[in-house]
Amino acid sequence: MTIQFNEETFRDDYTFKNSDWAIKRFPFPFHEDSYMYAVNMEQHRGGPDGSVYEKRFDVDEHYVAEMKDRAMVLNDDPLRCQSLPHMTLAGWDLLELIMVSKSEDYPDLFELHRDGDQWHWINKPLGIDDKFTFMDETTLPYGPMEYITRQTQGDFCVLDQRDDNLWMDAGIVTTQADWSLDFDIGMNFFEWHAPVPLAHEKGIFVRALKFLLNIQQGSPARRLNWTMTVNPLLDTSPENYHKWGVQKTTLTPENIGEKQHLRVELQTFFRLPRSNALVFPIRCYLCSFQDLMTVPKWGRRLHRVIRDLPVELATYKGFIDNRPMMLDYLSKFDDGKPTSDGIWPDLETEPALEK
Amino acid sequence: MSAGTDKIAVTISNIVKLNDLVTRFEFKRTDGELFPTFSGGAHTVIEMKDGDITRLNPYSLMSDPRDQSTYMISVRRDDEGRGGSLFMHNNVSVGDEMVLSYPVNLFSLDLRAKKHLMIAGGIGITPFMAQIKQLDHAHGNWELHYACRSEALGSYVDELTSTHPNDVNIYYDDQKQFIDLENLLDGQPLGTHIYVCGPKGMIDWVRGKAAELGWPREAVHYEEFLAPQPGKPFEVKLAVSNKVIQVGEQESLLEAMEREGVDAPYLCRGGACGQCETNVIGYDGKFIHRDHWLEEDEHASGKKIMPCVSRFEGKTLVLDR
Amino acid sequence: MSKFKFPESIKSRPVYGTLEPRAGKAHLFVADAEGAEAILDVAKADKDLVANAHIIYIPKNTGDTYVKKLEALKPQQMYVGPSYAASVTRLQRTLADAHMGLQVYLTGTEGLMGQAMLEATNAGIPYTAIQTEHRGSVARRMQCVHCKGITEDVIMDPFVCSHCGLNLFVRDHYSRRLAAYQGVCIDAEDPGNVPEAVELYK
Repeated sequence: MTIQFNEETFRDDYTFKNSDWAIKRFPFPFHEDSYMYAVNMEQHRGGPDGSVYEKRFDVDEHYVAEMKDRAMVLNDDPLRCQSLPHMTLAGWDLLELIMVSKSEDYPDLFELHRDGDQWHWINKPLGIDDKFTFMDETTLPYGPMEYITRQTQGDFCVLDQRDDNLWMDAGIVTTQADWSLDFDIGMNFFEWHAPVPLAHEKGIFVRALKFLLNIQQGSPARRLNWTMTVNPLLDTSPENYHKWGVQKTTLTPENIGEKQHLRVELQTFFRLPRSNALVFPIRCYLCSFQDLMTVPKWGRRLHRVIRDLPVELATYKGFIDNRPMMLDYLSKFDDGKPTSDGIWPDLETEPALEK
Repeated sequence: MSAGTDKIAVTISNIVKLNDLVTRFEFKRTDGELFPTFSGGAHTVIEMKDGDITRLNPYSLMSDPRDQSTYMISVRRDDEGRGGSLFMHNNVSVGDEMVLSYPVNLFSLDLRAKKHLMIAGGIGITPFMAQIKQLDHAHGNWELHYACRSEALGSYVDELTSTHPNDVNIYYDDQKQFIDLENLLDGQPLGTHIYVCGPKGMIDWVRGKAAELGWPREAVHYEEFLAPQPGKPFEVKLAVSNKVIQVGEQESLLEAMEREGVDAPYLCRGGACGQCETNVIGYDGKFIHRDHWLEEDEHASGKKIMPCVSRFEGKTLVLDR
Repeated sequence: MSKFKFPESIKSRPVYGTLEPRAGKAHLFVADAEGAEAILDVAKADKDLVANAHIIYIPKNTGDTYVKKLEALKPQQMYVGPSYAASVTRLQRTLADAHMGLQVYLTGTEGLMGQAMLEATNAGIPYTAIQTEHRGSVARRMQCVHCKGITEDVIMDPFVCSHCGLNLFVRDHYSRRLAAYQGVCIDAEDPGNVPEAVELYK
C-alpha cells in the first residue's frame, strides 16, 4: 500500500490525529487486564500483515510530520543528538542497517544503490537524494547516526558493549518519556534506569541486561513500554518540562477523551555488526483515549489496568494526580465483561460495549 | 532456542596449509549472497558432521571484517584432542558444504582505547588478524607482540611483518626470544588497553603482571576458548526433560544433552561466555570444573556447572535441564 | 569529624569508599578541604606511598588547617591551589604525561571528586579503578536540566538555579560526564507553589 502522510503538528495547535487504519494497528501494550514490569522480550522477526511489528523500522502516516517535529527540536536544542567519539563506527552500522532495511521493506518510498563504498540514497517522502562515500563522514551533512535518524521515526540509543554492561554512548532523543540524553549519555544500563521504581528490586534489570548482552547479529528483539501524555506532544523532555508540565493540569472531564493520550514505545534491539554495539530504537506511538475506546476490548482493559496500577508506577509515569479523572472516564467503557488474551483488538470476536 | 545465533550455509572455497600444524579454511556462502560484516575478535561456531557425531567448534574469524565475500578461519591440528581439528585437517575438502553460525564477539576491541597493545601466543594470533585490519581502516594506534615456537611454525609472521614492520614484534621460543613483559607494560600511555590471546599460561602471566603493575582490570582483555577435555564417562539425570543420559568419554556434557535432544543454550562452547550455565539440583560425587565463567565460590558451592567444558565423577548428578 | 554516611539511594548515585594504598608506580592525590584527613590516613597505612606521590590540594574554607600536615608527609610533588578551576590545568598536564599503572586517589567534597574523576577518565583511566573517599561538606554540584547551568555547593532543597532562576529540586540522579546531580523544576505543574527549602539530609 502507499501511505498517505498526514499534515499535522505535535505542538501548539496539536492537529495530530490517527486514521482508522492507525488506530487498528496501534500497539496496545497490555496483553492482560493488569500490568507489572516483566522482561517481556520477544524476537523481532516480522509480525501480522500491516501491524507495527511487520517491518524492521515501521513507517506510518505520521512519518513526514514527525521528522519535521524532530528537526524543530534539534534546531532549538542540538544537545538532543550526541555521539561520543568512539561511537562513529556504530553510527555507520546504524545508517547501513536502516538504509538496507527501509529500501528492502518499502521499495516504493526508499531506494539504496551501492557501488562499493559509493552509496546513493533516495528518500522520496522527505525529498532527499544524496550520494556519499560509506564510512567517510565528510561526505554527509551530519554524522552518520544523526543523518539517518533525522529520517527515521523514533528515538535511538546506541549502546557500547564492554565490561559485561551496556553504555549509552550515543543517541538522538526528541520523542522521549521525560529523560535527558544529555544528562544520561555515558551511563551504564543500571545507571540510566536508576530512577525507575520497583523494577530494580524485582531483578528486572539484571535479567534484561543479561538478555540484551546476548542479542546476536541477525537476531533482533523487541518489547513494548508505555506511559501517559496530555496532548499529543512528542517532545516530553525534562529540558522543556517547565514549559509542558503545566499542560497536565488542563485536563477536564469534558476534554479528557480528546487530550489524554496513551503513549506506547515499541523498543527494538539490534546487534550492530562492525562495532559490536547494540542499537536500541524507541519508537513512540500516541493514541487518544477516545480513539482507544472505539475498540471495546481495549476500553475494558485500559480501565482495569489503570485502576489497579501500583501508586509508585502511576507516580513515576507522571499521572498520579490525574488518575481519578481518568478512571471516571474509563469506567464508562468497562461493562465488566471478560477480555481475550493478547494485545490485538479482536474486533470481530469481542462483544460490543453493553452499558 | 539453542545457540543465540542464526546459521549460514557455506561452501569451502580454499584450503591453505600454512605449516605443519596450522591450515587456513576459506568459505563462500552457498547461496551466493554476501556474508554479514563483523567486528574484529568475533568467532563463528562451525558444524562438523563427523559420522554420527555433530561437532560444534568455535574458531576466530581472521579475514578482513569488511570483506563480505569470504570468511576465513585458521585451525591448529591437535593430535591429543577429541577430533574437531583433526576432522577439519583430514576430512574436509574444497567444495564441501558446511554450516557456520553468525559471528559472535566475546573479544571485542574497546574503541575508546588510546592505544591497543596486542599480545598473541601461537594460534592465538587469529583474532588479531581481523582486529588489525579493522584498526587499519580506522587509523587506529596498535602494536602487536607475537610469540611463536619457531620460524617454521610462525603462522602469518611474514604477512604481518611485511605489512606492518614497525608495529609487529615477533618472538621465537626456539631462539630464546621472549616478551619482556615488565618493560613492555611499563611506560604505556594512559588509555592503553591490553588484549591477550594464547595458551592459558600466557594469559595468566599477562593478567598477573598487569595487576601487579597497577593496571585496571577493565584495560586487560583476554580470550581463551577451552576445548572440552575427554574424561571418564558419567550419568546425568535431567530433571526438566525427565531423562537420564550417559556422557561418553569423548564427548562433553553439553554435547551429550544435544545428542539427546535437550535444549541448552550456548555461544562459545569453551567455558567463557556463560550461556550454558546450568543449575545443579543434587549430586553425590565431585565436579571437574574447567570453565572460567563461574567464580571460585560458585565452583565450590556444588550449585552450578558449565556443561560445555566441565565434567563430573561420582554416583549421581541431577541438573535443572 | 569529617565523615558522613550517605543514605542508600538509586544506582546512578556515586558510592564512595575509603582510600587504601594500591600497587602502582605512580600515585596522584586530588583533595579539597577535609579530604586532607583521608590523605593523612593513607600515609598512616603506607608512608612511603604518599612520600612518592603527587598531591593536588585545594583547602577551600579550611584555610591553613591541613597544609602543614600534608607538607610534613614530604610528598614528591605538592601543589596547594586556591580553587579547583585554578588547579585543573595542572591536573590535566599531570594526566597527559602519566602512564598506565598510575593510581588516582580523590577525596573531599563530591564536587571536587566528580570533576577530578572526569579528568582522569577522559585521560583513559576507567572510573572503577579510581578510588574515592568523601570527607567534609555534603553540598552538591547541581546541573539545571533546563538551562544546563551548573550551581556549585548546593545545600538546600529546593534551590534557585544560579543561571536561569527556576526553582529546582535536588535529585539523586548523577552524571559522571557532567560531574553533577540533576536539578528539575519543582513547580512546573503549579507555578509559584514552591515548598520551603530544607537542608540536605536533615
